[in-house]
Amino acid sequence: MIAVPRDDLLRLSASALADALSAGEVSSVEITQAYLDRIAAVDGAVHAFLHVDTAGALAQAAEVDRRRAVGAAVHALAGVPIAVKDIVATRGMPTTAGSRLLEGWVPPYDATVAARLRTAGLPMLGKTNMDEFAMGSSTEHSAYGPTHNPWDLERIPGGSGGGSAAAVAAFEAPFAIGTDTGGSIRQPGAVTGTVGVKPTYGGVSRYGLVALASSLDQAGPVARTVLDAALLHELIGGHDPMDSTSIAGSPPPVVEAARRADVRGMRIGVVRELGGEGYQPGVRARFDEAVALLVGAGADVVEVSCPHFDYAFAAYYLILPSEASSNLARFDAMRYGLRVWPEHDQAASAEEVMLATREAGFGDEAKRRIILGTYALSSGYYDAYYGSAQKVRTLIARDFARAYEQADVLVSPTAPTTAFRLGDKLDDPIAMYLNDIATIPANLAGVPGLSVPSGLADEDSLPAGFQVLAPAECDDRLYRVGAALEAMLHEQWGGPLLDRAPALVGMSAC
Amino acid sequence: MLTPLPTYEDALARFEPVIGLEVHVELGTASKMFCGCATKFGAEPNTQVCPTCLGLPGSLPVLNGAAVESAIRIGLALGCSIADWCRFARKNYFYPDMPKNFQTSQYDEPIAFDGSVDVAVPSAESGGELVRVGIERAHMEEDTGKSLHVGGATGRIHGASHSLVDYNRAGIPLIEIVTTPVIGAGARAPEVARAYVGQLRELLLALGVSDVRMEQGSLRCDANVSIRPRSSAVLGTRTETKNVNSLRSIERAVRHEIRRQAGVLLAGGTVVQETRHWHEDTGVTTSGRVKSDAEDYRYFPEPDLVPVAPEREWVDRLRGTLPEPPHVRRGRLQQEWGCSENEMRDIVGAGALGLVELTVAAGASPQAARKWWLTELARRAKEDGLGLAELPVTPAQVAGVQALVDVGRVNDTLARQILDGVLAGEGEPEEVVAARGLEVVSDDAALGDAVDRAITANPDVVDKIRAGKVAAAGALIGAVMKEMRGQADAGRVRELVLARLS
Repeated sequence: MIAVPRDDLLRLSASALADALSAGEVSSVEITQAYLDRIAAVDGAVHAFLHVDTAGALAQAAEVDRRRAVGAAVHALAGVPIAVKDIVATRGMPTTAGSRLLEGWVPPYDATVAARLRTAGLPMLGKTNMDEFAMGSSTEHSAYGPTHNPWDLERIPGGSGGGSAAAVAAFEAPFAIGTDTGGSIRQPGAVTGTVGVKPTYGGVSRYGLVALASSLDQAGPVARTVLDAALLHELIGGHDPMDSTSIAGSPPPVVEAARRADVRGMRIGVVRELGGEGYQPGVRARFDEAVALLVGAGADVVEVSCPHFDYAFAAYYLILPSEASSNLARFDAMRYGLRVWPEHDQAASAEEVMLATREAGFGDEAKRRIILGTYALSSGYYDAYYGSAQKVRTLIARDFARAYEQADVLVSPTAPTTAFRLGDKLDDPIAMYLNDIATIPANLAGVPGLSVPSGLADEDSLPAGFQVLAPAECDDRLYRVGAALEAMLHEQWGGPLLDRAPALVGMSAC
Repeated sequence: MLTPLPTYEDALARFEPVIGLEVHVELGTASKMFCGCATKFGAEPNTQVCPTCLGLPGSLPVLNGAAVESAIRIGLALGCSIADWCRFARKNYFYPDMPKNFQTSQYDEPIAFDGSVDVAVPSAESGGELVRVGIERAHMEEDTGKSLHVGGATGRIHGASHSLVDYNRAGIPLIEIVTTPVIGAGARAPEVARAYVGQLRELLLALGVSDVRMEQGSLRCDANVSIRPRSSAVLGTRTETKNVNSLRSIERAVRHEIRRQAGVLLAGGTVVQETRHWHEDTGVTTSGRVKSDAEDYRYFPEPDLVPVAPEREWVDRLRGTLPEPPHVRRGRLQQEWGCSENEMRDIVGAGALGLVELTVAAGASPQAARKWWLTELARRAKEDGLGLAELPVTPAQVAGVQALVDVGRVNDTLARQILDGVLAGEGEPEEVVAARGLEVVSDDAALGDAVDRAITANPDVVDKIRAGKVAAAGALIGAVMKEMRGQADAGRVRELVLARLS
């Protein structure tokens, strides 16, 4: 066995690790242990993980090594460890969704995504931090404290999936599972210099994802390279009979597209409404350069207009809270999770316990959205709010359809700014919500989106993201464009963007 | 209540009742509405559950195709239109036995709508009449769990020390069938309510979609009642009475609620829109939850399920699986039985069509079957305040009794005594015959002795017969029958009398 140095193990892509494993150059136990050691060394500062399953991960790794040793057929990614957002139900492993309400809850079942990871033999390192029930863009709404951005520990890692993005950016995991309801995979990807993909709605099973907004939620890959994201996407995607909204047809050929990495003859549509006012100049500059690179590689660029995108934000903040208010009703202290008795009342009724528990268990942001959604669905307001929002949704889908007549993919900056400082927007919900202004339309229309690093903004030397959007079930186009751009940028930078991130060992939390 | 209730007649003299019925039917599918859990009644609590029907975080529903099929067949049998496209909706409210704190139901897009059924309302005077009851909708939904309140007086939540919840019932497929308001039934409104549910029960049984056992809750009826002054065109405020667990209770509860509301209005009060609970033992309803229009379920389309769009071909195929429509069946049976129109109307009006049919199928002649159900058994049902179908006697047992008559082992008088025994739970007809010693005496020697004694004791009657007045033989036959305590074949007695005197 040719030993691979441990530091290199951490720096290798998931794809390279898979190759090394299959060539017998390294064992899954070695890789998994290296990542567990890295987590032990830096997660005190980053706080990407809510739960680390050292014994479980090593046992899974040993099992894969054993199977490989006896020549059993294994999945190409078998033995490559992974981190999983804490919104994914994992049998026998705590699942809190970042909420006090689920503190200590150990699901008796696996989400389909988790089951596919286990079946393929990917050791699960642990569960990653997130805004409570995925409500937020900074992980500051986690009941267990925020995650810190590995590029600057005083800054947010994005959200809600800041834990998964930070874990991957800090080399605490080769890749991770995220979920994206309005940008929770892509925006953290942008501000941490990682790759994040929200697949087509229905492309990856939602069975076992603690639901935020059922018509918007979608699980997807978080990775350091576009190819790694594609490999993970392929593994977790495809039809699931347990999810009625799962797409029955054959999944798009994402891995092939990522390997092809070719944009010649592709029509790239720059969305006029995503990128003007409110976008940080440095973010804008990296975006323009990226578009120029794609043109240089043989793509045609057109400008497209999606006029109803201006209403996406308003529609989203009616639909999401409405569905969330209903989805979160089940946290009532009756069957699982937190149970709080009203003070000085041991004879409290079920309803009183329910009330006290929800009062104590939900954080401010969750309460804010439950109140908004309850109001928006109320009789007499339904048509004006939820009903109108659904109409806007239809108009946005039409905007996309029209834009895709002119372009094969649409592009924009992923987020309007780089990572802001922890606490900066905590008291201004609207400012916080605006982080997702460019990512929300894809969720409303159910189309897939990818964020790939576009470089560091000049003002603050922090990562910016480049978003690619494609028609529903054409996720492969995301990977063609993303991989082509990534290759050109790596060449320009002389390596991955994350090579420029500060080393974390020895640093402590702020 | 301080003031005594007005009589039903007084209430009806001043007010007109309007009723509406909501019936929940638990489908007899092997698995639940949105998951693969079993639906067996009476299983150990919380053994037929999974992440989905427990509403665990992350779980998702998958629609049971068999339940949709049953819903469509029910809709078709009720003369409804079937939606080309419809969705489920979430009905949001908090209740401890509801796992998700919303019920997955249907709101403004029911699978079936705009139907009607002609309900045969039995009547002693007119022989029954048909009342058309409109069906507003039939929609699909899931059942909730079941709470058991421990430590209270009557199993109610009030005064209970704690509650237990069984989620085996959570997610069982339900069809809710809602009538349009039934206006104009007048004093017969309670009977119409009862007859409607009874007929619906038979229909569901014939469809084979549910075991429709009211006592086990697989058919549950909520009765909406309002009354309005006879001069008013505006509907009164309605109450919704729950916990009505038998056909008889439906009639009683509606009748009581009409009287109660009349009492409230006559005392100058106003009827409160609320849910009320029926108490079988005391025969009254009591106030439950106040159900104002302000109660807001915040319905919205269920995003976890895709729309239901039954293909026309499928619906047409299901139409072909329906039991015979009532009017076709009636015409066919009339012809098969050779009944007159009036006789048929009596049978239908008494709600005895199915019972007579089954009795004929068990071997009795149509005439005999009709006679038993419309006379002797109808009288017994009336005495006991039961519907014919509720009598503890089966069509097969009735046919069995008639078979004993047909072979001459018993006469009509004895046959009635056998039915008494069957109704009293003494077993099958043969067992009653054996236990009570009811067989007729057809032994000519024994009968002959009795005939001789009757002839000797009635010389004047004998003279009349010998003079040609054969009709006078009845007195001698009667004397013999009396001596034999009814256990003789009257025809054979007559033969013996006439033979001796000819």
